[in-house]
Amino acid sequence: MPPASMAPVWVLAEPADGRPARVSYELIARGRALATALSAPLWAVLPGPSLPDEALQSLIAAGADGVLALEHEALAPFTVEPWAACLAAQVRERQPQILLAAATSTGRTVMPYLAVLLRTGLTADCTDLAIDPATGDLLQTRPAIGGHILATIRTPRHRPQMATVRPHATPLPVPDPHRQGTLERLRPGEDLLRSRVRHLEHIPSTESRALQDAEVVVGVGRGIRKADNLGLARALAESLDAALGASRDVVDRGWLDYPHQVGLSGKTVSPRLYVAVGLSGSVQHLAGMQTSETILAINNDPEAQILKVADLAIVGDLFEVLPVLTARLQQARRGRGGDGDHGGQGNQGGPAA
Amino acid sequence: MRLVVPIKQVPETTAVRMDETTGTMVRDGVDAIVNPLDLYAVEAALRLREAAPDGTIEVVALSMGPPRAEVALREVLAMGADRAVLLTDRAFAGADTWSTANVLAAAVRRLWPVDLILCGERATDGDTGQVGPGLAAFLGLPVLTYVSRLALQPPAQCRVERLVETGRERLEADLPAVVTVVKELAEPRLPTLRGKQRARRAEVAVWTAADLGLPAEDLGLKGSPTRVERIFRPRLGRTCERLTIRDSADLEAAADRVVAVLNARGLL
Ligand SMILES: Cc1cc2nc3c(=O)[nH]c(=O)nc-3n(C[C@H](O)[C@H](O)[C@H](O)COP(=O)(O)OP(=O)(O)OC[C@H]3O[C@@H](n4cnc5c(N)ncnc54)[C@H](O)[C@@H]3O)c2cc1C
Ligand SMILES: Nc1ncnc2c1ncn2[C@@H]1O[C@H](COP(=O)(O)O)[C@@H](O)[C@H]1O
Repeated sequence: MPPASMAPVWVLAEPADGRPARVSYELIARGRALATALSAPLWAVLPGPSLPDEALQSLIAAGADGVLALEHEALAPFTVEPWAACLAAQVRERQPQILLAAATSTGRTVMPYLAVLLRTGLTADCTDLAIDPATGDLLQTRPAIGGHILATIRTPRHRPQMATVRPHATPLPVPDPHRQGTLERLRPGEDLLRSRVRHLEHIPSTESRALQDAEVVVGVGRGIRKADNLGLARALAESLDAALGASRDVVDRGWLDYPHQVGLSGKTVSPRLYVAVGLSGSVQHLAGMQTSETILAINNDPEAQILKVADLAIVGDLFEVLPVLTARLQQARRGRGGDGDHGGQGNQGGPAA
Repeated sequence: MRLVVPIKQVPETTAVRMDETTGTMVRDGVDAIVNPLDLYAVEAALRLREAAPDGTIEVVALSMGPPRAEVALREVLAMGADRAVLLTDRAFAGADTWSTANVLAAAVRRLWPVDLILCGERATDGDTGQVGPGLAAFLGLPVLTYVSRLALQPPAQCRVERLVETGRERLEADLPAVVTVVKELAEPRLPTLRGKQRARRAEVAVWTAADLGLPAEDLGLKGSPTRVERIFRPRLGRTCERLTIRDSADLEAAADRVVAVLNARGLL
């Protein structure tokens, strides 16, 4: 067993359409900072079908020192038992000190299952991860009670220290195509691949969880006045590649369906950018979006609550503001000539990915 | 067939206030409610029972918490659960999700044979969604998360639809299994007057650590791998830059400013 400080830091990569999903690179950005602070190697572990060298190499270019691909058809699509069994076997053998995963439907399912198999702690939805210089422990900070408080959590005696991180909460690392690292491919034994769950069908749609995983969300409030005016918000959303969210008042009035509702009784989102359009910022709505990285509010009431949590606010009539803003954003994007994503069709963000 | 629904009593978060000077939560006078997301799991279980021949399915509600969590169990009895078990013991206090799942798993084993365990997606206070999958791991059962549709498939299977980032998945699983359900599944019913009367008279079984036979070192705070080290208030008021619109020149300038800020933050 390597000395504790040199034990590797692992991130759990996920496959999507023949490449690592976009969240995998975000995790590498997080893991890189921790591994550097610990002077420990950073490995990406990727269960799923066999992927080409070039796809695995992209994880090294993003900052990993090694990639461990656990390759078997039985690992795709995701079911919990074989993923957890294969990962548990590798963790026991290689003893990473930290294991990070994305808080996706896959990460949120396999990580708590795995934590129990490994008899260790797991902290959900961390917004900040740091190494305690005194002990080398992972300090895991997360919002609780609907974002009313932040808690810093430590896993003092159990290893690995496990945490999930919200997707789209971390900027992508700049790839370095010259970075060197180790590629290791492993075919897990049949004994680890038993599953009592059978995948029958995948029905693609953008609406189910897309909102929660979008990088940018445009949230519409009652200020939009009627369903016919939603086109204005949709155009803004399109100019930002954003998913459309709504306040409860908008949903109650039937202007948008329930899957769009953000807040206490709707979805919790934590995008990199939340644009609140004609939305007052009730406590219940804030509970679902106040951990967004940047908040832009458009509201004609200078006293509106939403301005208290916003980084930037346009105080004016949304019917005047939106057309001008949308046109300017379209122009700015066109000027940049598309977005410099990691190439692949990262599957984690519906329209935003 | 036996269905178990683990439910949690939580503070009503809309009522949670922060003490501005101390930065702590004001819990006084805050009502405790059944975790709203657990009501969907209760509803799912009741619908499965109603779809089956009379008397063939029993729905058991289970909660770990302080003695007053009995109130939450009675609410679920009023909705129509057949019986309720409260897991309460000082030794359980301070449990994290690992330790909570461990205690719930021991209780489920005591209720065995159990065919299906239905959890909420997450509790609104801890907000982790980790207990359901953790419970499945302790019991050595498969888990299906984010379930938006659910049907039993006799003799010993279930079929579900689950919500994932890219759409919906249809899956079949062998029973026994654990599922965690989302709101899309079914709108929870309100208790009827008769249900409330029945719930008031019903007996809520109380099990302690001794009944579950778990080693003391695995319980509560002592058995929890994670430690809360510090609780603090998030940076509340972000410094908001205001762009006030009085005329069309303001509007043009504001649009430029937004583009500049978003660009600087790498958001375009
Ligand atoms: C138990 C409970 C749960 C709840 N859960 C949720 C939830 O999950 N999500 C949620 O959103 N709400 C929830 N609510 C409701 C919440 O309390 C508010 O009623 C709701 O969020 C308000 O929606 P709104 O901001 O769209 O509307 P309003 O509060 O009416 O705000 C409209 C805003 O638009 C601005 N405006 C109007 N016209 C214009 C214009 N021309 N240009 C620019 N700005 C304009 C106004 O100044 C105002 O600030 C819940 C309530 C309860 C009691
Ligand atoms: N103390 C508890 N007693 C019973 N069930 C619980 C308890 N804590 C969590 N659960 C169940 O686990 C689900 C997820 O909770 P959590 O992981 O705390 O977000 C809840 O929706 C409940 O179904």
